Amino acid sequence: MDPIRTVAGRTAVLPRANVDTDQIIPARFLKTTVRSGLGRSLFADWRYDAAGAPRPEFALNRPEAAGCTVLVAGDNFGCGSSREHAPWALLDFGIRAVVSTSIADIFRSNALKNGLLPVVVDPETHRRLLAAPGQEVRIDLESRTLTLADGSSAAFPIDGFSRTCLLNGVDELGFLLSQEEAIAAFERSR
Amino acid sequence: MGPRTLFDKVWEAHRVREETADSPAVLYVDLHLVHEVTSPQAFAVLRERGLRVRRPERTLATMDHSTPTLPRRPDGRWPFADAQAEAQVGELERNCAASGIEVLALGSGRQGIVHVIGPELGATQPGMTVVCGDSHTATHGAFGALAFGIGTSEVGHVLATQCLLQRKARTLAVQVDGRLRPGVSAKDLVLAVIARIGVGGGTGHVVEYRGSAIRALSMEERMTVSNMSIEAGARAGMIAPDDTTFQYLSGRERAPKGADWEAAVAAWRRLPTDEGARFDREVSLDGSALEPMITFGTNPAQAIPVTGIVPDPAQAPDPSARASLEGALRYMGLAPGKPILGQRIDVVFIGSCTNSRIEDLRAAAGVMRGRKVAVRALVVPGSQAVKRQAEAEGLDRVFRDAGAEWREPGCSMCIAMNGDGIRAGEYCVSTSNRNFEGRQGAGGRTLLASPLTAAAAAVAGRVADPRRLGT
Repeated sequence: MDPIRTVAGRTAVLPRANVDTDQIIPARFLKTTVRSGLGRSLFADWRYDAAGAPRPEFALNRPEAAGCTVLVAGDNFGCGSSREHAPWALLDFGIRAVVSTSIADIFRSNALKNGLLPVVVDPETHRRLLAAPGQEVRIDLESRTLTLADGSSAAFPIDGFSRTCLLNGVDELGFLLSQEEAIAAFERSR
Repeated sequence: MGPRTLFDKVWEAHRVREETADSPAVLYVDLHLVHEVTSPQAFAVLRERGLRVRRPERTLATMDHSTPTLPRRPDGRWPFADAQAEAQVGELERNCAASGIEVLALGSGRQGIVHVIGPELGATQPGMTVVCGDSHTATHGAFGALAFGIGTSEVGHVLATQCLLQRKARTLAVQVDGRLRPGVSAKDLVLAVIARIGVGGGTGHVVEYRGSAIRALSMEERMTVSNMSIEAGARAGMIAPDDTTFQYLSGRERAPKGADWEAAVAAWRRLPTDEGARFDREVSLDGSALEPMITFGTNPAQAIPVTGIVPDPAQAPDPSARASLEGALRYMGLAPGKPILGQRIDVVFIGSCTNSRIEDLRAAAGVMRGRKVAVRALVVPGSQAVKRQAEAEGLDRVFRDAGAEWREPGCSMCIAMNGDGIRAGEYCVSTSNRNFEGRQGAGGRTLLASPLTAAAAAVAGRVADPRRLGT
């Protein structure tokens, strides 16, 4: 994984609450055995009509969302299934950070393991992000701050271990493998 | 050491390394369940990095999500929905063979939904840590195990190290006392719990279900309750093991035997939450006041009694809730302020890891016996063992005589990735766990309910109250 210090870019705004992983990537696209190529199926049932044509009113199809890298969504983003295909699809589409007032546990964990930043902000910052789609924002992982287009900024929490992994481009599997001695000792002790 | 919760005890017994401000705990996994959809990319990572599966004997695989529920064809091949589904199942078999992992394959007589077969084999036991690349892993918490869903990266972590990095969750006690009334089932209980705490209300928490209404549930009913913990956003659900648990497990294939069994039961009896242990949050419900529940919206918290009224967005407490409700009713094509009873439906699905066990099928058959279904009804047992048991009891005949389809085991129409599904605009009363938009097929509309309520709807062709069946 490449180290991540900042994500800077334009927002797309999906104000709905409780966006579940079946919307992010419908189950019929889960029959793949690889991680790549899921971006075209991202939000498939909201993004395209039954004939496969883009729905112009959908957040990611709107002109101000062109080239967006930050998705601002309603409360409880990513609820539902454990499919890691959800962050894979967002990343493959070009999204680098998801901003909400709350993010579901398994989605957040999956996002962190793939370098997709889960950013939880206060309701007031969230309201201002929802109100102005397409604004340029900057997310600084080192200082744990999100800066809006008007220059104001808000702090966001992130687990220290996950942050270190992201800043250094280290994955958790490497850390777990380094624990082999402790794991073997634990097994012997049972 | 002060009084501890069930969760504290299981957590501490599996902690290889304590968590600190700088790093999460290293948690040991006793049982890793694997299926075809969320594992191929994990096995690929192990291959790329030259890693072996560390504990194949603690890993158990089956195939359920993309598998057909129609029988094997005369040429011996399975009627997969497409080549991709077949390839995914083939990849699981190859990965397991190469790693020495037991796989309960199609045609083995032992295949089934991953959360049905773990318990039925006795592989799921109290005090264990159980993980699977599937959010309904919470099912196994019904045994007093700490069981939760993980993503594919974490499937790789467990395959390679038998461990996960975890921050300890907070605890939420859900206390349900009182006796459930006739016609009210475990599914209704858990739908009422989710409606109460909300679809994100359990985020960051492990739920422990407690109280006399929970104690009175059978093991299968407890699994139905714990299964849906994730639908409130909870990391896991747990129920303290007791004699009901031990009686269920006794004699099962993978359960301890002889002196080992006695020792295991003695240890399991020490697992329940100690008197005086504190939970971070507590919620209580009166079980005796519950009614058969049904969802009207597009998340599992949008549930009302089957005799209830579809809520009016104008009455919602805040703009966000109003927008959610308006969107849900628009998608569902339901009018606010109207009774849900009598809503016409197109399909009934009885199955899924929530409600596909023998007791669920008995309940549904009890309603369908001697009656005819008015709409398409699909009955999908949770495993080959459940299917054999149902057939031994003649339940398959009851379903077929009523005009329902009796299928092979699998996730089927719960996730609709195997070819079973509903069409855009159709209404399906389903015993599954998710009513998300398009969950049962693009544009399809799902109403979650118990097997009793679903069977009553199948007979009526409309949303019906299972307590007031016509003849």
